[in-house]
Amino acid sequence: MTPTTVAAWAGWRRGLIELRQSFTNGQDLFGHLFWPAAMLATIYFVGDTALDAGGLLLGTMLLPSILGMNVAFNGLLTMSQLLAVEREDGTLLRAKATPNGMLGYLVGKVVTVSGTLIAGVAIVLIPGLFLVDGLALGSLSAWLTLAWVVLLGTVASLPLGAVLGSLCSSPRSLGLIMFPIMGLAAISGIFYPITSMPEWLQWIAQAFPLYWLGLGMRSALLPDAAVAIEIGESWRHLETLGVLGAWTVFGLVVAPIVLRRMARRESGSSVAERRHKALQRIA
Amino acid sequence: MAADRRVVLDVEGLRMRYGATDVLHDVTFQAHHGEVLALLGPNGAGKSTTIEILEGFRMRSAGRVEVLGTDPAHGGEEWRARLGVVLQSWRDHGKWRVRELLAHLGSYYTCYSTDAIPRPWDTDDLVRTVGLAEHADKKIRMLSGGQRRRLDVAIAIVGRPEVLFLDEPTTGFDPEARREFHDLVRRLADELETTVLLTTHDLDEAEKLADRIVILSQGRIVADGTAVELSRRIAGEDHVRWTRDGQRFTHSTAESTEFVHNLFKQHGAEIRELEVHRASLEDTYMALVRRAESGQDSATESTWKEATR
Repeated sequence: MTPTTVAAWAGWRRGLIELRQSFTNGQDLFGHLFWPAAMLATIYFVGDTALDAGGLLLGTMLLPSILGMNVAFNGLLTMSQLLAVEREDGTLLRAKATPNGMLGYLVGKVVTVSGTLIAGVAIVLIPGLFLVDGLALGSLSAWLTLAWVVLLGTVASLPLGAVLGSLCSSPRSLGLIMFPIMGLAAISGIFYPITSMPEWLQWIAQAFPLYWLGLGMRSALLPDAAVAIEIGESWRHLETLGVLGAWTVFGLVVAPIVLRRMARRESGSSVAERRHKALQRIA
Repeated sequence: MAADRRVVLDVEGLRMRYGATDVLHDVTFQAHHGEVLALLGPNGAGKSTTIEILEGFRMRSAGRVEVLGTDPAHGGEEWRARLGVVLQSWRDHGKWRVRELLAHLGSYYTCYSTDAIPRPWDTDDLVRTVGLAEHADKKIRMLSGGQRRRLDVAIAIVGRPEVLFLDEPTTGFDPEARREFHDLVRRLADELETTVLLTTHDLDEAEKLADRIVILSQGRIVADGTAVELSRRIAGEDHVRWTRDGQRFTHSTAESTEFVHNLFKQHGAEIRELEVHRASLEDTYMALVRRAESGQDSATESTWKEATR
């Protein structure tokens, strides 16, 4: 095996080990389950509100939309958070000190975050199937659509998360990016049909991956009649592919540049300095 | 020290500049195969900057640097596989278990194994070597400070490095942990012929561990030699104290043995309470650092260079 294949395999094993660690310790497990539980509770309590078109219930529309949002959030936030934290504690520098360690580290992160993300979909979807009426998951094509939307959403959001994580100076400053992302979620048709928003807000939302992930998920899980609440009364699969694909390309081009720049700057004293700053903040 | 005199670390005219301030001026030193070299100096002397440049984690402003015959600024992964690095503060991989992490990090080295140096180090053997056998299945965040540091060394040597960099390795250690750590480093140098470069502000540590000491002050090398050479050649003055006829005398001399011999020849049994204090390395070190800080550094440097030639 060449050194690169050795490192890629090591990265794969690393991802699986970290996934296991993450799903076998209380604190992480709470993190994995708390939001899904809160969202399912919301769906349960407000779910019976009827939307205008064809007897579609709010809960039915919420479940796929929230699944789409989870894919984006998991990809973006988990990835950026892990990068920022592990830069601060020296994990990244450790990877840098290991031959081909950076490759192994990145493969490992992609495996860990993708695994977390897919588990996140299952954690909401499986109980959701029992809680929510009116989903249309009987056909193979529904599951296939679900699969490609999750896959495309993952490859679109992971590199963006890596860019965010590399640009942030500390895990704490990452908290600040939560606000615009929450704002984006509010206008992206996740919690209410986007067609009820003013048109200029619709345009803003359509520039970002979040709306398209929600749309893709609704196209997979909802019956055809539900298309009535969407823009142009269409699931717009081609446009979904186009926008998510464009973000993927953007992320895959920018992420290596930003990651390399960030990794180059890592050294023992930069880790020590951040540790010092972090301790000062506590004191 | 090993008989093999291959130069492993070669630094010549190294300069480092941040903005308008120079933190390293014309730093030149070498380390040979199997040698333990200590970079000794007060905080802010440029020790960490120097070691980071050698590790390939920081770009230098000027000068020539070679580690195992390669410029660290262009060192590839194969070169990286021959180095081990222990940094000042590492808190990574807290959720991993000791054995699990060592086995994982070791797996990156399998393709760099050679007949002379089989890589990686067997995990169980390594865990025993650094004295962590009882804690092999513990989560890393549950380790004590000293155990954590030994793990850092274990990680650094899992690929059987030819050069090991240790940046302030024993900061915050209790005396026992420190001694164990010193034994471990000496063993690596003596048995495995690992070349070790360590930075420390602890003179005692440098004296115990190092074959040779390079003293760095304000970004300049003010001395370079073995502990004995340093204390002999720089301060050079032993203190002789004695009493005669109830009167106290003190005398400073570079040749204390000869002086005492003459003293007895002259006064015989009248000499009482004789004490000879060897010039200590600590005196040397303090004198050097003080002189460098008071701005006489260039003078010190030239005096010293003459003395070591």
